Amino acid sequence: MLAYLIRRILITIPLALGVVFVVTVSFDLIPGDPAALILGEFATPQAIAELRTSLGLDRSLPARYVSYVGDILRGDLGLSIRERRAVTAILAETFPFTVQLALAAIALVLAVGIPLGLLAARRPGSWVDNLIRVVSLAGLSMPVFWTGIVFMVIFSVNLRWFPVSGSGTWRHLVLPAVTLALPSIAVVARMTRSTVLEVLIEDYVRTARAKGVGERTLLIKHTLRNALIPVVTVLGLQLGQMLGGAVLTETVFAWPGVGRLTVFAIFNRDFVLMQGLVLVLALVYVFVNLLVDLSYGVIDPRVRYA
Amino acid sequence: MSLVGPAPAPASARRDVWRRFHRNRLGMVGAAIVLLLVVMALFAPQIAPRDPAEQNLRARRTAPNAQYLLGADEFGRDILSRIVFGTRASLVVALGSVAIGLTLGSFLGALAGYLGGWVDGLVMRTMDLFLAFPYLLLAIIIVSALGPGMLNTILAIAVWTIPAFARVARSAVLQLKERDFVTAALSLGAKEARVLGVHLLPNFAATLVVYASLYLAYAILMESALSFLGLGVQPPTASWAGMIASGRNYVTSAPHIATIPGIAIAVAVLGFNLLGDGLRDALDPRSAKH
Repeated sequence: MLAYLIRRILITIPLALGVVFVVTVSFDLIPGDPAALILGEFATPQAIAELRTSLGLDRSLPARYVSYVGDILRGDLGLSIRERRAVTAILAETFPFTVQLALAAIALVLAVGIPLGLLAARRPGSWVDNLIRVVSLAGLSMPVFWTGIVFMVIFSVNLRWFPVSGSGTWRHLVLPAVTLALPSIAVVARMTRSTVLEVLIEDYVRTARAKGVGERTLLIKHTLRNALIPVVTVLGLQLGQMLGGAVLTETVFAWPGVGRLTVFAIFNRDFVLMQGLVLVLALVYVFVNLLVDLSYGVIDPRVRYA
Repeated sequence: MSLVGPAPAPASARRDVWRRFHRNRLGMVGAAIVLLLVVMALFAPQIAPRDPAEQNLRARRTAPNAQYLLGADEFGRDILSRIVFGTRASLVVALGSVAIGLTLGSFLGALAGYLGGWVDGLVMRTMDLFLAFPYLLLAIIIVSALGPGMLNTILAIAVWTIPAFARVARSAVLQLKERDFVTAALSLGAKEARVLGVHLLPNFAATLVVYASLYLAYAILMESALSFLGLGVQPPTASWAGMIASGRNYVTSAPHIATIPGIAIAVAVLGFNLLGDGLRDALDPRSAKH
């Protein structure tokens, strides 16, 4: 286990270095001079030259890469161009909001997605199954920013149950969390259904049924745990996406997390902030995937890490 | 994921696939929606009741009525006509990006699977790197670096789809390359490229078609996300998500501007999803489980 853990963590190091490389190279993809773009058309050549130096753009790509890796290891992600503050400080303020939103959404996914999948698997082909299938496909097909706006129109503007946007109380959290959770609920329900159906045809399930175990116990105690690994994988991926992908939901509801910050960084051409964000979000995603891999052994003791 | 058939489907097997698909009601609904979208995109000028750019200042923000079936937007433009024309942007971006992703991805994946060794390692580790980014983030980085616009949106979404197609093609080639018919072709003196193209490709083309259909759905969602953020298709080109983005400012006074175009996106994505699901079930009856 320990050997596996160490090796699995070692694999993520080149991946992390690759992510840093992509982030560094992205400066070179920008057509024209980033420094000139940041400062706008009225900037003096001298100011542009100074910014180029402070961004390190006057150095070669390998030199920039090495010094960026060094900065990251020291915990320095640079100064935000617009906010004139350390990127790490801005991230420390915004990230808790995104974590809060993502955890609330994942809780909803667990509470709704898995039971829906079980319900559908109980009688495959029945109207319940078909209804859940169509509803979850519809959930997957609606763009999140649109569901967010529709919820806002119905529950905030017309019924006045929840505030239109912002953050602070639990009432602010409800609509963004539901919006963010919806497509993941659909994914998890579909995944639960198909893996439970796969387990249900196994011999030991037939044996349990033959000795008189009730359908409910059979489904929950005997089947679910064995069907859980693919579901946990999907849940982990969804959580990773939410931590880095709440861009749309946060934008619609003016939720002050890293997603909205990403949009701010893009439109203000704050490339330093953007780099820091991309780096942290991608690393969080890689780390969540690592945790998912490690959770397999906890769910299913038969899994051996070789 | 065992969609890979043992041998290229003979005519009778193809008829079976068609029959199974034909019986799948949801799959047929998907096919009908996709057909409708294509017709709307091709004949937009004939179908749309008005010019999508025509502004009628007296009709600004009017709710749906007899004259404007789906209402008018903040400039007094007919929402129905803009939705009809918006089909073009969504389909062009989705088809363009999936075509690029499918071609490059399956080429790279097949090459990696067939050659193995360091080529395999290099290609697949690069794919892993792409997958290390949360999905929207990679597209956002690319578009914000290249600048917004339809072409760059296509490129950004294409890059994001490459790893999926590469994985499908690679695993299919890995499964197939040890088969007797491949060995036979090679021992008869066939060139490797020919073996890949003529003997292996037809065997996993079906899988690629299913994936392409599902990725067209994702691509439409992705394009709408980028356009909503203002990074994708730019005004004045009519795009569904662009309509939602500009209508957002009027959610209290005229909620129809932001809500109605979303139905078009949801229906289009649902259509490609149903089509993809139906095709998968028809090509691999075991996956249907009924």
